[in-house]
Amino acid sequence: MSSVNEKIAGKIRSIASSLLESGEVAAFLGYTTGSLPGMMQPYVARDAKEAENLSWSSFCVINLANYLPALLKSFEPPRRPNEPPPEGPLPKVGVVATGCWSRNMVVQIQENQIDRNRVVIVGISSRGMVDRRKVQRFVGNREILSMEEQANFLVVKGKDFEEKINRWDVVRDNCKTCTHPDPVIYDELVGGLSGKRDIPDRFRQVDEIEALDIEERWKWFQEEISSCIRCYACRNVCPLCYCPTCFVDDSRPQWVGKSIDRVDTALFHILRAYHCAGRCTDCGSCESVCPMGIRMRLFTKKLQKDVLELYGFEPGLDVETPLPLSTYKVDDPEDFIITNIKKGDKK
Amino acid sequence: MAMDNEIKMNPYLPYPAVIDDIIVETEDGNLKTFRLVLEDEKDRENWNHTPGQFAMLSIAGKGEIPIGIASSPTEKGSLLFTVNRAGVVTTALHKMNKGDPIGVRGPLGNGFPVDSELRGKNIVIIAGGFAFTTLRATLIYMLEHRDRYGKITVIYGARTPGMLLYKEELKAWQSRGDLDVHITVDREAPGWDGLVGFVPTIAGQVRPSPENAAALICGPPIMIKFTMPPLEEAGWKDSQVYLSLENRMKCGIGICGHCNVGPVYVCKDGPVFTREEVQKLPVEF
Amino acid sequence: MKPLVVEKAQAEKWLEELCRVFDVFCPVKVKGDLYQWGRLGKKGLPRIPEGVPKTSIKTFFFPQPEVLFEFGARPGLKDAFRLKEPVCEKRPRLLFGVRPCDARSVVLNSMPYEEDPYFQKNRDETTIVGFLCKDGCSTCFCTWTGGSPLGMEGMDLAVVELEDGALFLEPITEKGLGLLEFDFFREPTEEEEVFVKGLREKVNKDAEETSSRLRSKGLMDLYNAPFWQEVSDACINCGTCTFLCPTCYCFDIQDETLRGKGRRIRYWDSCMFPLFTQHASGHNPRGDKLKRVRNRFMHKLKYFPDRFGPVSCVGCGRCVRDCPVNIDIRQVLARMLEV
Repeated sequence: MSSVNEKIAGKIRSIASSLLESGEVAAFLGYTTGSLPGMMQPYVARDAKEAENLSWSSFCVINLANYLPALLKSFEPPRRPNEPPPEGPLPKVGVVATGCWSRNMVVQIQENQIDRNRVVIVGISSRGMVDRRKVQRFVGNREILSMEEQANFLVVKGKDFEEKINRWDVVRDNCKTCTHPDPVIYDELVGGLSGKRDIPDRFRQVDEIEALDIEERWKWFQEEISSCIRCYACRNVCPLCYCPTCFVDDSRPQWVGKSIDRVDTALFHILRAYHCAGRCTDCGSCESVCPMGIRMRLFTKKLQKDVLELYGFEPGLDVETPLPLSTYKVDDPEDFIITNIKKGDKK
Repeated sequence: MAMDNEIKMNPYLPYPAVIDDIIVETEDGNLKTFRLVLEDEKDRENWNHTPGQFAMLSIAGKGEIPIGIASSPTEKGSLLFTVNRAGVVTTALHKMNKGDPIGVRGPLGNGFPVDSELRGKNIVIIAGGFAFTTLRATLIYMLEHRDRYGKITVIYGARTPGMLLYKEELKAWQSRGDLDVHITVDREAPGWDGLVGFVPTIAGQVRPSPENAAALICGPPIMIKFTMPPLEEAGWKDSQVYLSLENRMKCGIGICGHCNVGPVYVCKDGPVFTREEVQKLPVEF
Repeated sequence: MKPLVVEKAQAEKWLEELCRVFDVFCPVKVKGDLYQWGRLGKKGLPRIPEGVPKTSIKTFFFPQPEVLFEFGARPGLKDAFRLKEPVCEKRPRLLFGVRPCDARSVVLNSMPYEEDPYFQKNRDETTIVGFLCKDGCSTCFCTWTGGSPLGMEGMDLAVVELEDGALFLEPITEKGLGLLEFDFFREPTEEEEVFVKGLREKVNKDAEETSSRLRSKGLMDLYNAPFWQEVSDACINCGTCTFLCPTCYCFDIQDETLRGKGRRIRYWDSCMFPLFTQHASGHNPRGDKLKRVRNRFMHKLKYFPDRFGPVSCVGCGRCVRDCPVNIDIRQVLARMLEV
């Protein structure tokens, strides 16, 4: 582990263990080292001893905000769906948050998924997380047996090779175009802040696809999702996806077919992306977890670009600015409702 | 030639049947009994089931749903299914009419051991709400073979008089000399001069003797939970109590994985288990 | 049955002959490191990658979806809504380059599917040419689950790649023997026999057989073990593990109708999904994530062995490699063995 990460991990452990020891939080949500090279596992420490298992590296690719609502709920006394929460303070949960994770927590606060008073946020400025697939490609898809992280390099070893890789070369696409690596809300800070980054061509990947003509774009989309196995890892890892019953699972009415069909798969991905419009922070978890290597992040990135252009809005930067697509204003343009069907035109 | 044979052996293929009659059972209209007749005479002749078994009712275009068989195998020629309107398939079924085609796949599951363990025993039937269906089948079967069983006690309750199933039959049973029948409703109701109180309470009052006896209990989990203490107090053992479990099912033949409770499949190893067996399993039903 | 050898050049011709009779499938490179099962390309002998392809061969026996029945869905027409088995004339299939773990998965899945006419028909119509493993991946653990890198269970013909690219062929079933009814083959040399024998001897035979140990453990002791909380904490309840797993075989059945035509299909389902067990009333016996995660492992490592003998896992390592949150079945197994 690089000394940078070791320092961060040490701080996380000490903050978590004192929060747990003092009883300030009932659990602390962070990461522990995984069983494979380049894998980290989301981890819940429930006492100071378990806090010793917390760790940090460039492979923390899953947005921990995703776990927060359920984890908080697990500490509430059981109640029926429509029953109000009990009176009085409920147990708190500590959580590690980088820029995008904290922005998702802001969205969760705005959408009443978490209570700010019940989370103790330990902020960390992100250096960008590494894309395992890029590392894999870098070594010609040979099997990696160990991955050691140094300050700016990864040392990757296999049975008959050793490669030193510039860390930034294998950082995820979303992290490379990230403008807000710093946590936007936090109660404690680990390490320094790095400030807002200026990325002039942050939508380059989207621009490239937009430049294609319509058939080619459709073909690109179809090819991108062709290997989808409908495991819903992208949906389940997303902190924005919290509907009790997702539209793809609904049976009354059934919107989407259940087996593998091109139209159904396309519908799933398009709707999933649209549901994230104006809320997605481009944390990249969906893409990182996809077992089939589908770059579904580009769908939400396109919508992120549109929302920025249409509303001048970036989600999750502060709790006060309302989300544009769930806010009604009297002067909202409504021309999308008007159809061209004349009376008597109905079939 | 071999094809025809294979079709018959396909365990997913329902027997074609028609709806012969529909009886609205309850005042809210949510429970209807469907009398089904298998179309093929051979299928009718070959059909045989044990009380407590279920079948998949199949509506092409809507799907299948597991429903307990409410008729006794002694009631030849047709099959009864009392169906609560809850999901996609049962809602579609409730909209169907006399003469409409339907499919029946079964019989499935094990059923109550009416011809083995239960023979020669005093029988206590305890049911709540619309879970009475397969116990009706059992009771009819036992009455048909009355000499094979000792004393038969029936304790059956519903929320209101209008929510009781098989009202005409209940009356007939109450007037029989060889049956001890206790029908109850949860609360006082106009025109009701029978018992009032929850099933567990009545079971405690009736206090059936456990001696050479077996209890068959079907009802909502909460009813079963509260019926057990008065029985235990009267000296009943878990091995004497038979329960019928329900879980989401799809294949009905122990493959698809939906209905497992730990290592057992409700559809194939059940739905009938003794309480002793259930106590050894995870509470996943 | 006696082994034969086919030289590399002859092997290509042999495969061409097989393509006349069979639809031949093999691991095909889709993108990057992604190998999936696909139709054999035009010419030449396919390179069979070390380890297993991303997707398993269960799709050939348990297709996603399988059409159980078809029916006309226009009310009023003759035979409307009457279920009929689909009639389709398919060429027999040959899977070329199946690794021992995947071949064994077919045998394991056959146990619960013994009475399933669709699975068994697919099995009858499929011939498996297995490639034994000289080298595994770090995520392989077949020897923990009762398999072996040189295991031939489930194969019709077992292949060992020799140093010079020739193939050492051992027929196992009549189907496998049928594949050798050409004159492309010669008897193996003594050296070749020694080479294959040497590989067999290298396999770790002391590997622990876990299924009997798991069977001997108390059901509720395992069920109530405290470690499930930690295992489930990270889980996001996606279907990656179940859908990539060669021995996850749960399904759902549904009717679909479109433009007057209907079909009853069965498609892959996952016990990780909350709706898997949800009753129409809304009650859910496995409503918690922990219960679902536990069910998947308990089914594979306790319920299945209690019922059928072996564990329902072949140690292919797909779930280990692709679980988004790194839940490692090897660690779960180790913890279950400690109970």
